[in-house]
Amino acid sequence: MHIAIIGNGITGVSAAIRLRQLKPDWKITMISGESDYHYSRPALMYIFMGHMRYKDTKPYENSFWSRNDIDLVRGWVTEIDVGSKRLIMHKRDPIYYDKLLIATGSKSNKFGWPGQDLIGVQGLYDLMDLRDLSENSEGVKNAVVVGGGLIGIELGEMLHSRGIHVTFLVREKSYWDNVLPGEESSMINRIIKRENMELLLETELKEILDDGHGRVSGVITNKDERIDCGIVGLTAGVSPNIDLVKGSSIPSGRGILVDSGLRTQIEDIYSAGDCAEIVTEGEGRNLIQQVWYTGKMQGKVVGETMAEMDSVYDPGIWYNSAKFLNLEYQTYGQVNNAQGLLSIPDEKNVYWEHGNHLHSLRLVHNGSEVLGVNVMGLRYSHKVCESWIRDRRSPEYVLDNLSQANFDPEFFRKYESEIVGRLREQII
Amino acid sequence: MIDSKVLDYDYDEEQVGFKEPPKAETKPLTLFEKLSLGLVGVGVLLFIILLFNTPLRGTWSGFFLAYGPLVIGGALYFWLSYKDTEPGIKNDGNFFRNITSRGYLAWIAGIFMTGFYVVLYWWPQYLEGGIRILDPHSQLISGAPANQWFLYGFIYTIAVLVFGIRMLMKYRGNRYQQIRTMSVMTVQLGFAFLLPNILKLFSQPEFYFSYFWPLKYDYLFPSSISYFTSSSAGLGLFFVFWGLVMTFVAVPVLTYFFGKRWYCSWVCGCGGLAETMGDPWRQLSDKSVRAWKIERWMIHSVLVFIVIVTAALWINSFTEGRVLGSFSGPAAKWYGFLIGAIFSGVVGVGFYPLMGSRVWCRFGCPLAAALGIFQRYFSRFRITTNGGQCMSCGNCSTYCEMGIDVRAYAQQGKNIIRSSCVGCGVCSAVCPRGVLKLENGKTYGDRFEGSARPIQAFIDSMKHVP
Ligand SMILES: Cc1cc2nc3c(=O)[nH]c(=O)nc-3n(C[C@H](O)[C@H](O)[C@H](O)COP(=O)(O)OP(=O)(O)OC[C@H]3O[C@@H](n4cnc5c(N)ncnc54)[C@H](O)[C@@H]3O)c2cc1C
Ligand code: SF4
Ligand code: SF4
Repeated sequence: MHIAIIGNGITGVSAAIRLRQLKPDWKITMISGESDYHYSRPALMYIFMGHMRYKDTKPYENSFWSRNDIDLVRGWVTEIDVGSKRLIMHKRDPIYYDKLLIATGSKSNKFGWPGQDLIGVQGLYDLMDLRDLSENSEGVKNAVVVGGGLIGIELGEMLHSRGIHVTFLVREKSYWDNVLPGEESSMINRIIKRENMELLLETELKEILDDGHGRVSGVITNKDERIDCGIVGLTAGVSPNIDLVKGSSIPSGRGILVDSGLRTQIEDIYSAGDCAEIVTEGEGRNLIQQVWYTGKMQGKVVGETMAEMDSVYDPGIWYNSAKFLNLEYQTYGQVNNAQGLLSIPDEKNVYWEHGNHLHSLRLVHNGSEVLGVNVMGLRYSHKVCESWIRDRRSPEYVLDNLSQANFDPEFFRKYESEIVGRLREQII
Repeated sequence: MIDSKVLDYDYDEEQVGFKEPPKAETKPLTLFEKLSLGLVGVGVLLFIILLFNTPLRGTWSGFFLAYGPLVIGGALYFWLSYKDTEPGIKNDGNFFRNITSRGYLAWIAGIFMTGFYVVLYWWPQYLEGGIRILDPHSQLISGAPANQWFLYGFIYTIAVLVFGIRMLMKYRGNRYQQIRTMSVMTVQLGFAFLLPNILKLFSQPEFYFSYFWPLKYDYLFPSSISYFTSSSAGLGLFFVFWGLVMTFVAVPVLTYFFGKRWYCSWVCGCGGLAETMGDPWRQLSDKSVRAWKIERWMIHSVLVFIVIVTAALWINSFTEGRVLGSFSGPAAKWYGFLIGAIFSGVVGVGFYPLMGSRVWCRFGCPLAAALGIFQRYFSRFRITTNGGQCMSCGNCSTYCEMGIDVRAYAQQGKNIIRSSCVGCGVCSAVCPRGVLKLENGKTYGDRFEGSARPIQAFIDSMKHVP
């Protein structure tokens, strides 16, 4: 049995490792055009900022792959020949497979802005972008980052660390408030300004200007303001990378369509991770999840289904974390964004923020059960927060036991008694 | 269809890697930063002048001129350069800066420091000038003129204090780091420098409360014990008692409750220097599995070696030289030369800029080996990981000075229970996703599978020597 995996990101790797555990004698080939070995995509920024070298971002030593008998192929797949079960490769011989996993990840969104293909205009997704960014920032003093989000703030921080002045163009009223509630989002606005970066809210990109030699020289906003810059970072989200399957017999929507066992409708072809769109039976919306841990979980499940087990992907209770400059953020369960606040039935929010605007905690509940937790500038335990939500604990219970969830390092100032006092007033 | 630009991409990230990106503008130094650096420059000049036999050498004025501007300038510079920054992780450019990424400056610094140790140990007469500068200070606190060891202790302490200020400022947002740094600064100044010298002032044996066997290997040698007990009855006996208590009671008991960090990153002078002056180089430790294997063989061999040497000396002393007489003496000398001098000093500190700050602690220290065995099998200490939050970025492993691949555990959601972990807490500090937490649990039994039966776990680990 020969398994081919397209993509050596966290999804492909998790599937390969799981398959190897389950099937010691199957042949596994993992293909990627981006890098010889798996590296951590979220660590891209640290290479650019000099915190780590590229090799430090590889989660496994190079010898891990040969020791586990997983063959690695560096190259681009240009076409999947479903009929004869082979992958057409760019400048290489085709690869034949018995079962195929497509884990091709995402691509940065481009919305057809005039000038978006000029030199100096780029997203931040892969090593190619990292190399481009280094080249593009030669001699550049000002940069514009379009679209406020997790990758946008990372790109801003990267450029800032090289002494490049950064201006964010953000469509929303406040940074990332299409995901965060207003208060948390304002905290981010504040720290961006504290680092002397420019934040233009409710501002959109209208046009990217050419310097006459095919390089970017500035942008025009929807308010017809002109901003001179040598780099335009496009970080207005990512979409599933379905370039390979578009126009093939493998059905796709926004992503590659799969069932809850991560099988496509074509026999022996599977898909998981950022590029997959899980079709949910009944009324619910299809599920596209584009974060690290879901890729890891989906990779494990698809490894099992490829090994003929009856596994089903259960997304579980949502969680995530990020860091905005120096501000850490963690979230568990359901928390609505600024616009959608109070759209969960009976939704109530209680919120505490420290006077220095560097620490906050939010509990979302419906009177009897806690539904979500947001913390900024505090570390909270995944296990504890998840158990509150899973066990449908009451807000009172959570407040009584709040300090159990604190995961800050020893000797850090504890705010729990202040938080509990403040939130109790709001709950009554 | 795949984009043609994508198809053309075949960059060799393995061999070529990613070079330092261009820098638009380097933050100009402020006036005060310039002045503090100027002070350091003046200090270097004054120091060199005072090395020669000027009339000021050997006076208090000479002492303050030689060290005052250097110390004040250095401390001031560190304070100024961090004081207006936001609290947070400050590792920007570590792998681009020449001195912190094994560039030629690092080689110069490494050779300079290694050379200093060689001269200090074997040709101290060439340090005469530097020693004489310290005479008034030495007279004041120890009642005798300075010698090479006073010079060493003094410079060592100054380094811990000045770089300690850097550490306190760099980790402004992290109270664990700050309190720990204050602890190593205090212990170095008080227990490893002032107190031993003051003891001499009162004609007592020079005694270091913060060092004990097997790191301070001669403290349990028969010769030291008889020296202490004979030289000053009451206090000498107390020193012997203290040394025994530290080695045989404090090591197991405190390590049981807090892990080896109570000593290695809070008290020990070697750790103190590594955690202050060594901090800029912590990322250079080797994380490979190969290095881990070498480490285990080396450090445990050193422990076995010193145990055998000590035992032999005692057998020799009880049998009045009839048994092991010709072995024990030379063995102790060789240990002192190879491990005590070359390894802990020359290599251990001299190689900071090339191999990271904990070469000695990781590969050579017999006390670290002993503490490590307790920590691994019989301690409440553990580093816990926060569920599924790890995204395998590698900051923790990169900044672990002990070369532990922290990420390998964190990405599987496993506790990190490693004998070499000194509990510095930097992995937890640099983690951008809040994944790691150093903790003393309520028991030793819930840390890893099988940890409830430590002896069995120890025996099992001996069976699978890789
Ligand atoms: C800058 C940045 C920061 C991020 N930070 C976080 C974070 O902090 N937390 C978090 O949860 N998530 C984060 N993410 C998202 C996370 O990285 C992704 O969800 C995750 O990497 C997806 O994994 P994957 O394996 O599905 O796809 P990918 O990692 O994208 O891997 C797909 C691989 O397939 C290769 N490939 C695609 N097409 C072909 C082809 N035709 N032939 C050969 N190879 C091909 C690609 O080159 C790529 O290497 C971040 C993403 C970015 C870009
Ligand atoms: S630093 Fe944190 S997120 Fe990064 S690999 Fe280590 S534990 Fe994981
Ligand atoms: S594992 Fe963490 S606490 Fe232990 S030595 Fe390494 S960095 Fe320090």
